[in-house]
Amino acid sequence: MRQRFADYMDRAGRSTIDAMAEFGLGAVLLWQSLFWIVMGHRRAQPVRINATFERCVEVGIQALPIITLMSVTIGIMLAIQGIYSLRVFGAEDQVVLGVGMSVPREFGPLITGILVAGRTGSSLAARIGTMKINQELDALMVMGVNPIRFIVTPALIAMTIMVPALTFWSEIVMLIGAGWYIGLDLGMSWAAYIDRLREIVTVDDVLHGLKKATLFGIFITLVGVINGALVKGGAEGVGKMTTRSVVLSICAIIVTDMIFAFVATRS
Amino acid sequence: MSATAVVHEGPARTPDLELVAMPSVIEVIDLVTHYGSREILHKISLNVRQGEIMVIMGGSGSGKSTLLNTLLGLVRPTSGIVRILGEDLNAISDVERTRLRQKTGVAFQGGALFSSLNVLENIMLPLREHTKLDVQTMRIMARLKMQVVNLAGFENLMPSELSGGMIKRAALARAVVMDPRILFCDEPSAGLDPVVSSAIDDLILTMREAMGMSIVVVTHELESAFKIADRICVLDKGNILMVGSVEEVRGSSNERIQNLLNRRTEAEILDPDEYLKRLTAAND
Ligand SMILES: Nc1ncnc2c1ncn2[C@@H]1O[C@H](COP(=O)(O)OP(=O)(O)O)[C@@H](O)[C@H]1O
Ligand SMILES: [Mg+2]
Repeated sequence: MRQRFADYMDRAGRSTIDAMAEFGLGAVLLWQSLFWIVMGHRRAQPVRINATFERCVEVGIQALPIITLMSVTIGIMLAIQGIYSLRVFGAEDQVVLGVGMSVPREFGPLITGILVAGRTGSSLAARIGTMKINQELDALMVMGVNPIRFIVTPALIAMTIMVPALTFWSEIVMLIGAGWYIGLDLGMSWAAYIDRLREIVTVDDVLHGLKKATLFGIFITLVGVINGALVKGGAEGVGKMTTRSVVLSICAIIVTDMIFAFVATRS
Repeated sequence: MSATAVVHEGPARTPDLELVAMPSVIEVIDLVTHYGSREILHKISLNVRQGEIMVIMGGSGSGKSTLLNTLLGLVRPTSGIVRILGEDLNAISDVERTRLRQKTGVAFQGGALFSSLNVLENIMLPLREHTKLDVQTMRIMARLKMQVVNLAGFENLMPSELSGGMIKRAALARAVVMDPRILFCDEPSAGLDPVVSSAIDDLILTMREAMGMSIVVVTHELESAFKIADRICVLDKGNILMVGSVEEVRGSSNERIQNLLNRRTEAEILDPDEYLKRLTAAND
């Protein structure tokens, strides 16, 4: 029994060390990516604008349909739930307050983050994992092409730009969805709805959400890249690490979100 | 077919006397490489001369890939020196290493073509990354190399649409597109049927004739080794058993070399305990 416990502690200890190592890896990746953005030209290895643009299209434009659909749905859901809860106090028309305070600060970044983690984070992990087992990463290195500069940096730039941009879009769509339902249920006009929103939503709220979204974009990229790079074995290994990358980045998103909410509501 | 039945084919070899005077392009001195705590290569020393085809031969698990990866700078040795074109691979700066790597080309076992790029774009990639040529010129250069490997006309296919032999050809074309001084080939005949594999061997010989580079080939195929090698380095359990010409290796009285030539491999391990021990050792 005691031996079991020792074994268990040993294993737990080792996975803690592994986890720390992965954090370290993330920091190194981030640092290296910044290095190549700044120093790439001097080293005759510039970060390719084309590759970055392609990633932006993939991360951002191609995600628009699903983000739009999900956001309008959640906007409507928030309105339904808000009206239903506030009716208890006979304060249904305060629903705009709830929607206006929660969408830019919470729901926009969170929903976008989770969708991007599922869509882009997973494909990043799968792509890098496949490249690793096919020796494509080795091929890049022996060609004198730095894989971080070639693959990671464009993805990181694209995510840092596109996740906040998608978040902003998602917030607008959510507010439209909510406004539509509120108009339907409470008979509030669009003009009244927008006026009320403008009283409630501050620039700070929006910035708070976008800052979070930027951080989510960076997390998703790093988690995807690290899990891809840690792939072992064949196709099965790729599947395993892809799943792991989605789970971990969603966890990272939710925990960060909670910390942000705590800090922001205190100050 | 027994090993001794293999006859010499292909272009005539450069006489050995001439090679001896040639300077080394690769020098390996007392190389030791570990994976974790397990020592894989035990104090290996080896020279590859300008213009020769050196075949690194050995059974599976003998450390061929590890040696190749160390020569490529993908695995860092525990001790010892790897000098490529006179430069110590593990002592030079990143910038110098990048420059050095433009003078070497590698054809990986599975090709390692980038799956998101078509054949032409794959072959052009080193040019794109390391030269300031305009796209038209790069296309022409890549097409020329595609002709050398008999892939003309397949420019727009994706790697997933190629056969095994075509993948190897494309990988060779990409490896030599910068006209390297040294070409490395990992298992060029692995996974190919004998006819295709023999054609790839011919191609390696042709490329040496045409471009005059030094070539290091890793293989476990005897026929292929005997056909293309100027010298063979026989690797066994992380040690070099001998380095010599095809005739010298064939005529060797070393028992382990004869076993290898006659494909008498060690008896397969069927004791579960022993096998599991090996497995865990390999995973460390
Ligand atoms: N990445 C690795 N980690 C740990 N051990 C390895 C690794 N790659 C190879 N080995 C071990 O090193 C030894 C030599 O392997 P390798 O160089 O691949 O031989 P070969 O290419 O001649 O078949 C084998 O026993 C193998 O188990
Ligand atoms: Mg091997």
